[in-house]
Amino acid sequence: MTTQAEQKIHQAETNKTIFGFWVYIMTDCVLFATLFATYAVLHNNTFGGPGARELFSMPFVLAETLILLTSSFTIGLAVLAARQKRLALVYSWLAVTFILGAAFLGLELHEFSNLVSEGHSWRASAFLSAFFTLVGTHGLHITSGLIWMTVLIAQIFRKGFTGSTLKRLALFSLFWHFLDIVWVFIFTVVYLLGASA
Amino acid sequence: MLGRLNWDVLPNDPFTIIALVATGLIAGAGLAVLLKIKGLAWARKTVMYIWREWLTSLDPKKIGVMYILVAVAMLLRGAADAGMMRAQQALSVGDSHGILQSDTFQQVFSAHGTIMIFFVAMGLMFGIINLVLPLQLGARDVAFPFLNSVSFWLFSAGMILINLSLVLGEFSAAGWLAYPPLSELQYSPGVGVDYWIWALQIAGVGSLLSGVNFLVTILKMRAPGMTLMRMPIFAWSVMGSMLLVVFAFPILTATLAMLSLDRTLGMHFFTSDFGGNAMMYINLIWAWGHPEVYILVLPAFGIFSEVVATFSRKRLFGYTSMVWAIAAITFLSFVVWLHHFFTMGAGANVNAFFGIMTMIISIPTGVKVFNWLFTMYGGRVRFTSPMLWFIGFVITFTIGGATGVLLAVPAADFQLHNSLFLVAHFHNMIIGGVVFGYFAGLTYWFPKIFGFRLNEKLGKLAFWFWLSGFCFAFIPLYILGMMGATRRLDHYDPSMGWQGLFIVAGFGVVLIGLGVATQILQFYVSIRDRHLNRDLTGDPWEGRTLEWSIASPAPVYNFAIIPKVHGRDAFWETKQNGTTTSTDYTDIHLPKNTPFGIFIAASSLVAGFAIIWHIWWLAGLGLLGVIGLIIIRSFDEQTEYTITAKEIAKVEAAFAKQKATA
Repeated sequence: MTTQAEQKIHQAETNKTIFGFWVYIMTDCVLFATLFATYAVLHNNTFGGPGARELFSMPFVLAETLILLTSSFTIGLAVLAARQKRLALVYSWLAVTFILGAAFLGLELHEFSNLVSEGHSWRASAFLSAFFTLVGTHGLHITSGLIWMTVLIAQIFRKGFTGSTLKRLALFSLFWHFLDIVWVFIFTVVYLLGASA
Repeated sequence: MLGRLNWDVLPNDPFTIIALVATGLIAGAGLAVLLKIKGLAWARKTVMYIWREWLTSLDPKKIGVMYILVAVAMLLRGAADAGMMRAQQALSVGDSHGILQSDTFQQVFSAHGTIMIFFVAMGLMFGIINLVLPLQLGARDVAFPFLNSVSFWLFSAGMILINLSLVLGEFSAAGWLAYPPLSELQYSPGVGVDYWIWALQIAGVGSLLSGVNFLVTILKMRAPGMTLMRMPIFAWSVMGSMLLVVFAFPILTATLAMLSLDRTLGMHFFTSDFGGNAMMYINLIWAWGHPEVYILVLPAFGIFSEVVATFSRKRLFGYTSMVWAIAAITFLSFVVWLHHFFTMGAGANVNAFFGIMTMIISIPTGVKVFNWLFTMYGGRVRFTSPMLWFIGFVITFTIGGATGVLLAVPAADFQLHNSLFLVAHFHNMIIGGVVFGYFAGLTYWFPKIFGFRLNEKLGKLAFWFWLSGFCFAFIPLYILGMMGATRRLDHYDPSMGWQGLFIVAGFGVVLIGLGVATQILQFYVSIRDRHLNRDLTGDPWEGRTLEWSIASPAPVYNFAIIPKVHGRDAFWETKQNGTTTSTDYTDIHLPKNTPFGIFIAASSLVAGFAIIWHIWWLAGLGLLGVIGLIIIRSFDEQTEYTITAKEIAKVEAAFAKQKATA
């Protein structure tokens, strides 16, 4: 078989995987939509406890948001660097993205532990159950993103830029942008609307 | 250390213990005898063969067969549950309390519904899709072969978990959809509901992955020239169904997760205190549950479309309207979920909207029924057993549809809600629609997978048992429902005058049981006489679509040369035009077998089991196992093997020779 035909088959495989990943993201969207709907229904059911307005600190959440948005930018830079085959640059941007993602996760856990230590755990009311589940599910996605990123760095380290590592980097950046968009919705629905309510 | 697990959860009533020990002894003795006759070397070889060629296989045809085997086994279990329910309701009148205690009875009907939908209907559906879809599209495989294996094994893990509840602990007694607050910890403190949650959660993730996989297969892997409007209708119906899977199953995943969080972490989504809202659950579960019904029935519609066209020797009547009907049903199935709880206080206007939407869905369905009938009209109809299943389906499904429209009227629903009328209605749709459809499909495509036809005589006999049994079992339930009998009753007073009808319904189940027995006999006889029923041409029914253009059983690579498609009913046209096939073969790359699908599912089985019993360290271990296995697999780059052009030429030449002599 000629290399050109092989390339064509490889391209078709990559397209198929990327399309499949979009479909997966679609399903994840529905999952988050369900959790958002639940939060929307339950957010006033505080059972006499404090609501969103009393519990959340906007400057803190803004910091979280900016960190995550920046990480979305840096993963984009990593993909660009990969396209130019600049290995060192790819590592650096992936590392920066990882650190930003980890920082975001750390801040989120900090917020969670503060809430719990002040007696506002997920057991306190339906509102808090919905809050912890919605934001926590996003946090779990970020965690799996961090694991994925580690594996990805290891694979690029072992194999360099092959068809499959490049494909996986592209998929990962899709995933990371998606999490960013979900966070924008969480920021709006949970925090902004909560603060103004 | 072991959470809630201790010696007390083992079965303690003498009947169960005797039954379990007896089953164990019989199975053990059977194996011992087999070993004695065949020897240890043979046993080793067989186990290795099953492991190498089947369990680790990524070939969708083999995965399909395994799906169907699991589904058939579960059909027997679900049917046993049905038999117990019918016996209980026929006997438990007045002073007699029948054969089951009421808590056992509740577990039995919960298990019956759950198993029949998730592990029988879904299993048969994914089985048939795996067998047929790539062949119909002119493809060599599904889009993601490894994911396909993972899906199947997750489905099996869920199946194992739900059956484990027979031996360890108990099953849910909260009905097949486990409505809260009954399913909350306060009212169901045992492990039953947790078994229900995790069996469905694990199998459900498998179904979701399958949905993604088949959707991409349809959209990206059709043979060149096969535009969407040239696709066989079965493929269209699978596309509608898989779109529904992709949009509905995440809702199930999220809802089960929330119920589980309520039960294990003390959250308050659906509890009756702390601001929880049980109606939220009921809305969410039906936002998945209603599309689920269409997920199951759309592929059955597709199967019937293929069967009717083939056995009427005509093009399918109204192809375009068929496609639009599928699209309309796919869309409408998302806007009718509230009709499952008209009585739960949504108000007149909301009920009116959902009632009207429900009635509208009968229009595209009616279009399909007329299309099938017009396909038969003027055709040369051959009354083979798939065709009998079709005719039985049209009649029972139309009756079920009519009772469904009746139930769609909110005012009538207030009378019939939760009655046996409803139970009769949905069995009308699911047995008459889904099960008959999959049986027709199994008979129709069986030769393509195994190379020989099923025995027609026994197939027809089985059909008549099923159809008459179905009528005997469910027509009395319609009447009983009208008389006010509610579902899930384990005891009633003789003054109600229901017993006679319940006994008739019980007789119906006996007939259905005979139908199932006949089908098992049919498999046995067909395998025994396989040399008489061989399909040498690859086209036993004078088929119209691509799967009939290749040898039976289909070679592992499906198509030696990917066909070029110029119209609908691609194979029929080739036969008419007498086009010769090229022999210009090239090497084919196929995915290598891998045990990682089994390993990943086994790990999630361990995790699910551990969460049910609150063995947290083991749950962590299982979860780490899943993550670790996925990572290890992702490092493997050599996932394909090659079949050389020479080998293909040999296989294809043998087939050509066989076809010429047939």
